[in-house]
Amino acid sequence: MRHRTFFWFFLPTGLAMILFVAMPIISIVTQSLFVPHEAVLKTVENCGPFKCEEVTVIDQDATADLRASSPLGRFVWFEIYTDRGHLAFAEVGEAWRTAPTLGAFFTALGNLPFYRAMAFTLTYTFVCTPALIVLGLMIALAVNSLHRRLRGLTIFFSLLPMIVTPLVGSLILFWMIDSRGVLGNLISYLADDPDLSLKASTPLMWISLIIYGIWSSAPFAFVVFYAGLQTLPKDQLESAQIDGATRWQQVRYVVIPHLMPLVTFVALIQLMDNFRVFEPIIGFAAEAHARSLSWIIFNDLGGETRQLSAASATSVLTILGVAILLSPVLVQTWRDFKGKT
Amino acid sequence: MAAASERRSLSLRLATNGFVIIWLIMAAFPFMWTLWGSFKVELDFFSIENWTNALTGANTESTYGSSFTGVGYYGAWVQEEFWRSVINTFIVCFCVVVTSLTMGTLGGYALSRSGFRYTFWLLIAALIFRAVPPITLVSGYLLPFFEWNVWGILPTTIIVLVAINQPFTLWMLHSFFQNIPKELDESAKVDGCTQFQAFRHVIIPVMWPGVITTGLFSFLLAYNDFAVTSMLLAEENRTMIPAINAFLGTTQTEGNVMFAVAAVVSATAPLFVMVMFFQRQIVSGLTAGAVKG
Repeated sequence: MRHRTFFWFFLPTGLAMILFVAMPIISIVTQSLFVPHEAVLKTVENCGPFKCEEVTVIDQDATADLRASSPLGRFVWFEIYTDRGHLAFAEVGEAWRTAPTLGAFFTALGNLPFYRAMAFTLTYTFVCTPALIVLGLMIALAVNSLHRRLRGLTIFFSLLPMIVTPLVGSLILFWMIDSRGVLGNLISYLADDPDLSLKASTPLMWISLIIYGIWSSAPFAFVVFYAGLQTLPKDQLESAQIDGATRWQQVRYVVIPHLMPLVTFVALIQLMDNFRVFEPIIGFAAEAHARSLSWIIFNDLGGETRQLSAASATSVLTILGVAILLSPVLVQTWRDFKGKT
Repeated sequence: MAAASERRSLSLRLATNGFVIIWLIMAAFPFMWTLWGSFKVELDFFSIENWTNALTGANTESTYGSSFTGVGYYGAWVQEEFWRSVINTFIVCFCVVVTSLTMGTLGGYALSRSGFRYTFWLLIAALIFRAVPPITLVSGYLLPFFEWNVWGILPTTIIVLVAINQPFTLWMLHSFFQNIPKELDESAKVDGCTQFQAFRHVIIPVMWPGVITTGLFSFLLAYNDFAVTSMLLAEENRTMIPAINAFLGTTQTEGNVMFAVAAVVSATAPLFVMVMFFQRQIVSGLTAGAVKG
């Protein structure tokens, strides 16, 4: 295909991605370096019938002029990144100097919003991802040994938690684990504690969010691994059986190596998706116990005061986090590409 | 010897079957439970004294004279005008699917037929864009959209969703078009067709299976989105998912949480039907990216 033809074919999709994905990324980087202008104040003499006094008022004209002349706001370099709501350099340094032990330092770190969100996001990502891969593999192996007729039905029901809207799925689970819901009743019965409420406890809330994460993404791992099992080399399995390999050894030394590329694929996709965890926090009304980076952005943007600068800075930091997670894959792709040509 | 292995496989079979059943209950029970409970009153669905109330509907019966009631659905659809959000959702989904497939087939086809080096870089750029969480882009949209006075309306949201969706669509369709033999359109070009005519007359008739699979995922993305739609749509143009979220804020105070339950069930139903009819396409779409590497 000639360059010119390629250009016209690719133009619509390329334009859409440049305008609505690439440009916004540039725009958030720019916005995160500026803060909105503060109102210009002036002092005027306000004379009543008895005495004159000096009052400070907002100079509307000057403020409007300033905002019109530089609409982006005041350029502050990396001030937003280092403030208390983000990387909080001053507070971290302070804690490092004054904290008597490492534990106390981390407690102090945990009180800063960005690091708290980071802690939850990373815990969620790195607990959910391996757990859902293991669960997905177990389901795939179990379903693969079922009768052919039953498999279709099993896959149908297994797809539901993944296909359903994240907010809807998390609400459905949340209503069940509510202290008045069926699972909440069961849990407090099992724990023999009628006042047990998931909503009141941070560790329990984290656990329920992680269980939601595994529940909603395990089907994806299952379907991918199940497809991989269909292409399993039969002769290798047979020779393993002839050599007297046990069931477990067959899985360990034949099946898992065969599925390894798929495990990498699922891990990559899920690391990316779990890092942006957001909807379950809304659905579980968990913001008192667990916040993620995406939740902070959403919270800054919502409401009457849209804090664009703060949200932009968090967005840039989130994208950097995704980039770090993704970098091994990109390096690998680059090596493969160079190897090919 | 043979007997021992038989016996082991029997216990193993019991264990695997038991495991599958437990998983199926985990996967399906929450949906069944919520569907059943959505026809009850709040005191039954969230029952403090006795959890079996949610099954039998004791309070529902004493209030409405029957153990099933559609009052939650009436409240959500009529009183809170959920039907508006449903219509908005289907407008958004339809437009997103049609637009992103049109743009995606052209782009994906071009990527699969051009042997130049830049196609690799374009695909890598698309992969990076796919990895960027949509919520991080929203702060970049707000200022210009306010400035141009296009915030809050459906077309803006549709274009944004299409753009966010493009990287994935491109990857799917690119790998799909690569499986269509190049000789097909090459021979059409030898016969005097331009590239576009070859695409129009030779490729379009055979591309539908891949396009339908990709379209399903575009639909899911538009249907399931919460971050972008809730930030970019004004209250009167809300789609279903932000509307459900808004229910949570307003109804919990009024004790009408059953409105939200009914709305949640209503929003799940189309997905349920979709999985029922397109299960094979969804599975093949999920594995298409994986099997290739």
